[in-house]
Amino acid sequence: MHTAVNLWPLLGIAVVVAGFLLRAHPVLVTIAACAVTGFAAAFPVAHILESIGSAFLKTRNLPLILLLPLAAIGLLERAGLKEHAQASIARIRSATTGRLLTVYLLVRELAAAFGLTSLGGHPNMVRPLVAPMAEAAAEARIGKIDDALRQRIRAMSAATDNVGLFFGEDVFVAFGAIVLMQTILRAEGLEVDPLHMALWGIPTAVSAFVIHAWNLRRLDRRIRWAAMREAGPRA
Amino acid sequence: MIAIDFFYLLVGLLFAATAVMNLRDRGNPRRFSTALFWGLYALVYLAGERLPPLAAGLLMVAMALVAGFGLVRPGRPQAVPEAARQASAARLGHRLLVPALAIPIVTMTGSTLLKDVQVDLFGFAGALLDPKNLTLVSMGCGAIAALALACAITRATPLQGVREARRLIDAMGWAVVLPHMLAVLGLLFSEAGAGKAVAHIVTSFIPMGSPLVACAAFCVGMALFTVVMGNGFAAFPVIAGGIGIPVLVGVYHANPAVMAAIGMFSAYCGTLMTPMAANFNVVPAALLELPDKNAVIKAQLPTALPLLGVNIVLLYLLMHQ
Repeated sequence: MHTAVNLWPLLGIAVVVAGFLLRAHPVLVTIAACAVTGFAAAFPVAHILESIGSAFLKTRNLPLILLLPLAAIGLLERAGLKEHAQASIARIRSATTGRLLTVYLLVRELAAAFGLTSLGGHPNMVRPLVAPMAEAAAEARIGKIDDALRQRIRAMSAATDNVGLFFGEDVFVAFGAIVLMQTILRAEGLEVDPLHMALWGIPTAVSAFVIHAWNLRRLDRRIRWAAMREAGPRA
Repeated sequence: MIAIDFFYLLVGLLFAATAVMNLRDRGNPRRFSTALFWGLYALVYLAGERLPPLAAGLLMVAMALVAGFGLVRPGRPQAVPEAARQASAARLGHRLLVPALAIPIVTMTGSTLLKDVQVDLFGFAGALLDPKNLTLVSMGCGAIAALALACAITRATPLQGVREARRLIDAMGWAVVLPHMLAVLGLLFSEAGAGKAVAHIVTSFIPMGSPLVACAAFCVGMALFTVVMGNGFAAFPVIAGGIGIPVLVGVYHANPAVMAAIGMFSAYCGTLMTPMAANFNVVPAALLELPDKNAVIKAQLPTALPLLGVNIVLLYLLMHQ
């Protein structure tokens, strides 16, 4: 029986870190890490390939979540789903930047929780709509905004999209992370109901909303101070 | 019984269609290698368990090489002009959301209400939905319902749906297989004992005598590993195998569902803090023309760090549920 723990398999983790740092192609980094991990555990080549192969077959349930809805989503996009979502977001009327972004956070998180992760994102929602609307709301209150504040508002718009997406999607029972967790736990001999994992994600999802909404209120306060500074010398 | 194999077959056919459409698309600069990549992936789904593990392993290596050397490119599918899409969006309005919402509704119905439904049809008797893969099978039914509704609402044919799916698969390219390959790496990590090695290191530095310390080590470990590896999917198997399963479940008898859910969300806190997750944190900074390329990460820190603290407390309070 082995008493010493073999630390060499950790080399695989080092390969992932080095690969991403060097900006190598993620798929090549992953396959290289597989090879290094296998060699570090002193597996023969054929054994490594067999392990990879059976794992590849065992985890082929994971991409189903992404792939099965594509035909329906693609048809809807062709019929203007994204344009409709953009028009709906553009109709949000809100007095302040912070409140506008809070509404977007809520919509994004709820949509992701229902599996609609494609309704949003940086290129098709944040850049053309959310960020300009957030800037416009601030300008409507204080007139001209300086570059530092403008950049802060844009960065918060992108952050809001990320927070809403990440902490909404894990609440949806069929999301990829949940299938991944189920597969990994199954390999370790633990059978877990995906519904329970989605359920126990809800407290964190709610906390994420509350914390980020509070940060958006702080952004509003910062905009108010900027407004007072603008108004100060003139008064 | 509606089994998961039926959906594997459908996805295999979808990849085969993607391969054929790319092969015939002269607008694709790499149509042969692109068709090879999707064709190999189709084989994984069509042949499935009939494929010997060694062959499947070689197949994955071949796919990784084709993708890694930039040989998978999108074709040039016909696109509908933006004005036409806007007109159609104005005409159909909220009706466009109906098929999209059918997916979660059918998924939830299938995995809760229809869970124990038995059928007795044409000499077949048994569960209606594959009980081992209940959510995935329910979701597959939801996707088919959504496709039918989308065809009805937009007056398109299912074949057009396949063309649109190919357009989206093309646009994602090799990113479609990355989560799948990371999951393979995760399973290989646990087979090679990376989790044991992490557990060994962690337990020799941090005393796991109190459950609160163990919860904190688990959540912070998840976040830190995601920061260095850039992806929660890569970090989860290592930390779950190193701390979550042996310590939280093994020693403190935590509920594995709570451990997994809060663990993955702790990993997401890490994703909010790392430039390695370029798509979420660095690309948007460029898109929004921000001179500081870490501006988005800086905006996310005041949410990510307190949330990580909340996760530790939630895990500590809820793990015995």
